[in-house]
Amino acid sequence: MKYLLIEDNAELAAALCDRMRLDGHVIDHAATLSEGADFLHVGDYDLILLDIMLPDGDGRGFLERHRARQDDTPVIVLTARSEVSDRVGMLDLGADDYLTKPFDHAELQARCRAVMRRRAGAAQTVIRRGTVALNPVASVLTVGSNETTLRNRELRLLELFMNAPGQIFSKDKLVDRLFSYDDTVTENAIEVYVGRLRKHLEGSSVTISTHRGLGYRLDEG
Amino acid sequence: MRSLVLLVAMIWAPFVWAADLEDRQMFEGAAAETTLRVISSTDTDIFAPILEGFLAQRPDLRIDYAVAGSADIVTLIADCPDCYDIAISSAMDLQLKLANDGLARRLSGLEQTAGTQWRQTLFGFTLEPATIVLNRAAFAGRPVPETRQQLIEAVRADPAHFRGRLGTYDVRLSGLGYLFATQDARTSETYWRLMEVFGSLDARLYCCSGDMIDDLAKGDLFVAYNVLGSYASTRPETRDKVAIITPSDFATTMMRTALVLDATGEEAAATDLVAYLTQGAWADAAQPEYPLPSIGVSDPARLNVVSLEPGLLVYLDRLKRQIFLEAWTSALVR
Amino acid sequence: MRGSGWSLRRRLTLTLIGGAAVLAILFYLVVRTYAQGIAQQSQDRILEASVTSLMDAAVVRGGQIELDLPYAAFSMLDTAADDRVFYAIHQGDVLLSGYEGLSSGPFAPMGEPRFATRGFAGGDVRVATLTHSLPASPRPVLLTVSVAQTRDSLSGTLLTISINAAVFGAVFFLLAAGMALWTSASTLRPLGQIAASVARRGPSDLRPVTRSVPTELSPLVTSFNALMTRLSHSLTQSETFIAEAAHRVRTPLATVRSHAEVTLMRVDKDENRQALRSMIRAIDESSRAAGQLLDHAMVTFRGDQLDKQDVDLVSICSDIVDRLTPVAEMMDLDLTISSDGPVPVQADPILVQNAVRNLVDNALKYSSAESVVHIHVSAQPGPSITVTDQGIGFPKDQIELLSQRFQRGDNARDTVGSGLGLTIAKDVAEAHGGRLELKNLEAGGACAVLYF
Repeated sequence: MKYLLIEDNAELAAALCDRMRLDGHVIDHAATLSEGADFLHVGDYDLILLDIMLPDGDGRGFLERHRARQDDTPVIVLTARSEVSDRVGMLDLGADDYLTKPFDHAELQARCRAVMRRRAGAAQTVIRRGTVALNPVASVLTVGSNETTLRNRELRLLELFMNAPGQIFSKDKLVDRLFSYDDTVTENAIEVYVGRLRKHLEGSSVTISTHRGLGYRLDEG
Repeated sequence: MRSLVLLVAMIWAPFVWAADLEDRQMFEGAAAETTLRVISSTDTDIFAPILEGFLAQRPDLRIDYAVAGSADIVTLIADCPDCYDIAISSAMDLQLKLANDGLARRLSGLEQTAGTQWRQTLFGFTLEPATIVLNRAAFAGRPVPETRQQLIEAVRADPAHFRGRLGTYDVRLSGLGYLFATQDARTSETYWRLMEVFGSLDARLYCCSGDMIDDLAKGDLFVAYNVLGSYASTRPETRDKVAIITPSDFATTMMRTALVLDATGEEAAATDLVAYLTQGAWADAAQPEYPLPSIGVSDPARLNVVSLEPGLLVYLDRLKRQIFLEAWTSALVR
Repeated sequence: MRGSGWSLRRRLTLTLIGGAAVLAILFYLVVRTYAQGIAQQSQDRILEASVTSLMDAAVVRGGQIELDLPYAAFSMLDTAADDRVFYAIHQGDVLLSGYEGLSSGPFAPMGEPRFATRGFAGGDVRVATLTHSLPASPRPVLLTVSVAQTRDSLSGTLLTISINAAVFGAVFFLLAAGMALWTSASTLRPLGQIAASVARRGPSDLRPVTRSVPTELSPLVTSFNALMTRLSHSLTQSETFIAEAAHRVRTPLATVRSHAEVTLMRVDKDENRQALRSMIRAIDESSRAAGQLLDHAMVTFRGDQLDKQDVDLVSICSDIVDRLTPVAEMMDLDLTISSDGPVPVQADPILVQNAVRNLVDNALKYSSAESVVHIHVSAQPGPSITVTDQGIGFPKDQIELLSQRFQRGDNARDTVGSGLGLTIAKDVAEAHGGRLELKNLEAGGACAVLYF
């Protein structure tokens, strides 16, 4: 997936880009609206993340111009304002969704996926490993000719493994990714999800192996 | 009240003579309970039919009917204001004075035209002209006078025939006579010329109409001046012997008036009687013709009706009366 | 301001009516006094004529007065009410004729008759008295003539005039009172119209009043407009300030949170990870608290001045479901909605949205994975929105307290939240004349119902 982030706060932008890249996404950063326009001029993006308060103008004006150009690249607005006051204006001006800062990265991903799903025509990346294909946007897992719709946590877990085959993920880190840093969730919960994935992946060339004391890894057969 | 009575007594002082009742009769209703005391200047026999007509309608009443001369009535009332309930008199001036001095009660519920009542206290109920009554026999072959002037001429033409045969009221004694005299004098100088003639022929003076008519009927008197024609016409024995002439130059006409005394204890019954006099009596088809002329039937235009107004008080004034009587006496009394 | 005890309209009306009443009474008194004067004067003129004619008729003969009363002297006193007449003639101080006690000496010559009103013979009389010195030998004789008349006719005339004046005064007063009512109503109508047009405005409509107003009201309207401008300006300023403050705070928080997440993915040491997790949760909690505080402030503000519109509860709830579905999915929760067709109500959509979002937020927070959060919108018996979950339910003994500000259930200690959500929902329901009902389902799970 290819994102364009238009955000004037360099620190936040850096952290966000870092985080997105860790998930295996491609992301370009523009610090101003005009810079963002330049990026859009030369490249194609699956989704735009737009901050609403920028040094060279209001994000709302950008949205208006964006929609006026008949550009249907989805836009998710990142706002520091309270929910109520901006909500109506944003959606009326053509934002596909919005998110109030600070936000859970998992929620950002979920919203991105929801937006992409709504725009059925948009490019949908499919991750393939061996005989397994995962469409994260549609949340569909294909093993051979067998299609399964995954629940969100299964999807996110499998996406993690498939984006980094051969890498061992500790249970601890997986808990954080799946349960939004909830202290009360035990590592046993991960075992349940891994068990489910294994069931879905039965008969494919892909397996999830347990590495005692270290965690789990996706292996391609 | 006492001071008022005293005051009235003093004011009436000029009229105070020995006042006596001439007659007194009781008219009983069929179921008489209440007594109405009437003092009147009208002879009982003339008024009786009216009283009987009234009692037929009000059998619960009894009427104590007393007759006195009109001047005496004033004296009697001044002496005893609460001895009578109703005063009926032909002397309009005296009646008006009684009312003016506050001795009459205002009556409500009696409607009458302005000219025939005064202050709702004094109510006129007849219209009676003063007439010249002649003995027909005495005028046989002579022209019958229609005016005062003709009377003067007729008498002057044969003074010997008329000497001692002319009669009129003694205005010093008769209230009605005084009223007629003063009103005549007010109206025309002819009155004084007539009185001069009367005086020169030794006219006889009377206290009352009745006596005058009696003497006329007997032939003692040939001419009676200022007599109420109604008196003469009611007497069957005199009717043929006398001629009643309403002078055509002017006919001084008085109203017989009734008032309810303020001291009465029977206002309602008294008011009914006054109402009967002014309205009911002549409309009472059941009754025979009354001897008195109704106030409604005469033709007022032809008559010189004495009006009910404060002017009537003028001749009652002591000074005025004195002057008038001096003039009258000097004309009539030799 | 409200109910402070007096009304401009009542005051204006009462002043005008009071003025009319004073004028009417004044009119009555003036006319009556004037009429009394005129009537008295005309009675006096007649009494004077009577007295003078009597005086003229007097002659002195041998030191003794002879008075030949003219008939007209009394007949001229004839009135419509047949007034009683009294008189007295004195030579010196001695009564010659007439009524004793009507006037009394000592008398002195005078040029003009003297008038007096007094009681006599049981009534009020007007007395005219004239004293002349008549030439005689050996010395002049003093003649006093008094004529008196009762005042019945005068009273009758006065009564007629008084009644007419009173009727006229009353009619004048009634007309003036009607005019006063009409005047005060029409004078104050623009004020009422302005008040009504301002009252009809929505909570955020701070435009100046532009309708034309009477000159007298223009200072008020100008001040009002200036106030509105200042208010609008200061509101804009505070909104800008709050937005700016939020931006200044939330953006760094977002930066920190993102960094923490990235770092958490990279570090392995348990205590470091623990610290980072706490940090993230603290950021989430403060952000959520700030959001709910703002929501609550907004609910309180708008609750006073509801911006009621025709809205469909179903469509509001569907929007919320759309908005929160990604969040529910993240937690492997199903967010569903059902209804029996549109449920139109008169309500402030932003408030309703807020209330429902907070209820759903709560339900999502307290649900365990792979359960269902359900919204049911119903029009029967009254319009209501029911939010149910399959979680742990409300603590039984604290159901009443829960919707109080900042109360959180004992069994929710570990879930991020400020506890304001239920308070917001309750306030919104009450602002619309409804209520919030909390209960636990028998099958397990919490149920919150918003009644409108």
